[in-house]
Amino acid sequence: RDFNERCAQCSEVNWGLTDGGRLYCRSCHNVTERTTDVVNSDFVCNSRIQTISKGLKKQEKTDGGCEWYVCEGFQLVLKKQAEALEALGVCPQMKDEVLCNFWRRYLQKTKQAYCNTSAGETVKALSVCDSSTDVDSEPETPSPLQLLSLSESEGDLQTDSSFASSISKVSESTSVCSGSVDGSLYLMKNRKEKLRMTMPMTLSFCYMALLWLREPMTLSDLLRFVVEGHIPYLNVFQHFPEKMKLYGLDLKIFRVESWPVYEEVYNKMLELAAFLDLPRFPDITDSCFLHPDMLCMKYLMEANLPDELHNWTCRVVKKIRIGEADFLTLVPGNKSTRNVKYDVLAAAVIVVVLKLLFLLDDHYEWLLSDFAEERNKNNKEGGPYFEFKKWYKVIKCSLDVKQKKLDEERAKYLWRCEKVLFYSDKQKSKVLKRRQTAVNLQNQFGKLSGSVLPAEKPNPSSFQLSWSEENTDGSCFHGHSLKGVLQEKHGLLTVKNPDYWLCTVKLCNEKTCGHLAHYREVDFPQSYHFVIQLFSFLLRIQPSYIHDEVCVVEHKLFNKKLCKKPKYNTGLRK
Amino acid sequence: SSHEYKLNFKKSKEMCLSYIQDAMLQKQWKKAAEFLTFYIESLEKDFSTEYVSPSEMIWRIGTEILCHHSRSSMKEFNSFTEQMKSLGVKRYLKVCLEHTFHLLCNGLIDEAYQNLSLSESWRFGEQTVIQDKEMKLIKAYKGLLDYYNWSKQKNILLEHGQDGFEDLSVEQEMHSYFRKAAVNLKEIIKIPGVWDLFVKCYVDLLEFYGDHNEARQVLNEYAYNSKFPANPNAHVYLYQFLKRHGESKKSLVSALKILHEVVPSHELMIDFNIMLQKSKKRKRRRLGLEVIFAVLDYAGWKENVKAWSCLAKQVKQIVISEKHLDWIQQEWNSRKDWWPAFHFSRYSAKRNWQENESLSYEKALVAGILLGKGCKYFKYVSHQGCKAQVKRFRILKKFVNKHNPVYLRISG
Repeated sequence: RDFNERCAQCSEVNWGLTDGGRLYCRSCHNVTERTTDVVNSDFVCNSRIQTISKGLKKQEKTDGGCEWYVCEGFQLVLKKQAEALEALGVCPQMKDEVLCNFWRRYLQKTKQAYCNTSAGETVKALSVCDSSTDVDSEPETPSPLQLLSLSESEGDLQTDSSFASSISKVSESTSVCSGSVDGSLYLMKNRKEKLRMTMPMTLSFCYMALLWLREPMTLSDLLRFVVEGHIPYLNVFQHFPEKMKLYGLDLKIFRVESWPVYEEVYNKMLELAAFLDLPRFPDITDSCFLHPDMLCMKYLMEANLPDELHNWTCRVVKKIRIGEADFLTLVPGNKSTRNVKYDVLAAAVIVVVLKLLFLLDDHYEWLLSDFAEERNKNNKEGGPYFEFKKWYKVIKCSLDVKQKKLDEERAKYLWRCEKVLFYSDKQKSKVLKRRQTAVNLQNQFGKLSGSVLPAEKPNPSSFQLSWSEENTDGSCFHGHSLKGVLQEKHGLLTVKNPDYWLCTVKLCNEKTCGHLAHYREVDFPQSYHFVIQLFSFLLRIQPSYIHDEVCVVEHKLFNKKLCKKPKYNTGLRK
Repeated sequence: SSHEYKLNFKKSKEMCLSYIQDAMLQKQWKKAAEFLTFYIESLEKDFSTEYVSPSEMIWRIGTEILCHHSRSSMKEFNSFTEQMKSLGVKRYLKVCLEHTFHLLCNGLIDEAYQNLSLSESWRFGEQTVIQDKEMKLIKAYKGLLDYYNWSKQKNILLEHGQDGFEDLSVEQEMHSYFRKAAVNLKEIIKIPGVWDLFVKCYVDLLEFYGDHNEARQVLNEYAYNSKFPANPNAHVYLYQFLKRHGESKKSLVSALKILHEVVPSHELMIDFNIMLQKSKKRKRRRLGLEVIFAVLDYAGWKENVKAWSCLAKQVKQIVISEKHLDWIQQEWNSRKDWWPAFHFSRYSAKRNWQENESLSYEKALVAGILLGKGCKYFKYVSHQGCKAQVKRFRILKKFVNKHNPVYLRISG
């Protein structure tokens, strides 16, 4: 909505927003009772609010575009992502309240809007240098070439050098360098300072909001949906309105050319939460999806493991006290607690449980399996005993198929969309010509591809593998019994397996070496590697991340033993 | 193998390429085409730092696929190649050249000629200079096709001539093609390289128009200029030319001598030996012996009657004259360790006798002289021959027996 009214006091049309969401006149600071729903990401409204204090009205540029700021672009992106999440079943609160409040707060903190001096900062965009906020700003104006290389490594580093040379001859006016008003300023900003918004960070925002609402979606789920195309990320600028011209340096900001990385998104989320001075997040209790007990159940189902294992995961969770709300809940800025990656943690717990029951030293699990196989031959009543060997075969088969499919999809991944972007007008005709050639070639060879059906976008699903007990081929292990690996002792059910091996005796220092442990496939038993690989596939993260977490869980579990006898080698008796 | 879950543009295109490569190696052209469609968007990204740019990749891969795919046609190929030409100006002439080759391989001579003509007239600033090599090749091939056209016109003319028709226009065209061809062919053979076909055609033109001097010069250059890579064919062409024009024995011998040094097993060596044997000069006869022995060092000549008969003739002549037995000794010295097993085994004897009596005859003669009457080969063959009552074998037997002491001297 356009707020066009003249101020009662000074008759100017120059409005800003207070923290309370009320309109105030910038010229005379007269606060009205009028509140405006700033939450709506209506593009035109926002641009009004961020009007430069000099009173410049937005001009329509000659090419039909208008002035827009980078953060407006990101706002649109977030809006689209929130809508997509809502379509996936996330509650509407996320979009209408949580996410936009976070965003508003971010804008405030980074002084891009919603505060008195915000306009002043953005004006500086027009004159490239001497912004007072840049603490360590470079003395000389960074050249366009420097700007091009400053941006995220995910963008094309192999930039069009002709573009760089062409704009270096042009005047300081950034409107030539980018469609957005502050594109160049944006890239120039000192990184050490406030968190500069990036495309991966939009996902951090989303995840943060999901976490706040304790939605049943883990970070790995979220990222997987992004890659599968259910959540706008790649080429999201397609949805920008026509008037918002994307140009030049905007490409560095908004065009994505790599998949989001779990660690990066996660760490940024933590940074963000601290930066925004958010309070303790809503508690993660045992009725939450993200609680290890719940996630373990889900992953056990997905991994086609017996339901009975859930008892054991719960026991482990309880023993090492990772089911407690204080442990699980995010407290931004609290450096002393190690922050929890719920999905990785649950996977690690399952791996540890498997090690507890089956040892996974490439011997014992097969022995147990043979034993169970024998029993199963004779055992006709009751449920079958769980046979590791059978399970391994079934899972390996499915995993191989899925992995192969995933590899092909990665090779076939298309990064460009219909909307063509260019760095400069000079480049425009060349780029369009290339696009035309590419389309022609794609058609020509597409016809020679045979009757290949276009890949359909898979339906978004929380489960990647599913197993049904109705399958008569016995490929579903949910109902299988663990009796073969358990024994009764003093009225309690314990594991037959008396041994355990630690993945690592000592954890590394994360700060100095970046990891807690070091995973090399050759150093560990094949069965262990297989299990790690399974979860690596499900969560779409490197095996080493899961291995790290397994080490942590183990160390918590065997804490006493480890402390008592530091000389212990890798074998342990329980 | 770790399955990376990080993925960026560059990496996914690398993966795509490896799928294409696999498909092509397994001749799965549909699959290759399918993956190529996903690779094509690399064109839109600037890969100037890469060793091989995407556009070149696409050109090469696309060409392969279109060559082999069952449903692809010449029309498709042409349209594809045209697009490739416009994609990379730095590669323009190379693409043109390969396009031409492809057209030629498919028998589309006229289209190829048009293509070359167009390419010849291409100019593009400094690129013209940079792509100078390709331009020279284009001109050379155009010269070749001009020769081809000249040759066609010439045949027409000859036909008409026989029928008594005179055809001025055909003649004029013929001459015009000659001029065009000559210019381009002459240019390319100046550059050190292997230009066999071009040289042959050029010499043919020169000979037709009676410019023998130029022809001789060209062939000499081609054969003897050290800047040019060693090329046996150069000597063959020179020899053939000299022979055609009745040049002196001396020049013929010197031409073939080099050929003998370079390719001892060349088929012309037989003619060479025959020529040398006849000579009055001792040196030449000596060379003849050397030449024929060298020829038979090679497995390809093992069962060649002509070669063996040349050797046999010369050896026999030497033995009868009782002069220059040392020649045989010299030649035999380096061969006595392995020729017996190579040529004169009992197995060969049986086989040669069964398959080719003349061969066995000639060989038996040589074996008898070199290895004596006691050698397996000679014994077997002569025995068989006498048994079969073939006259010449009896004569042979007598001859070898008579000259057995020679063997003793040779083997000495």
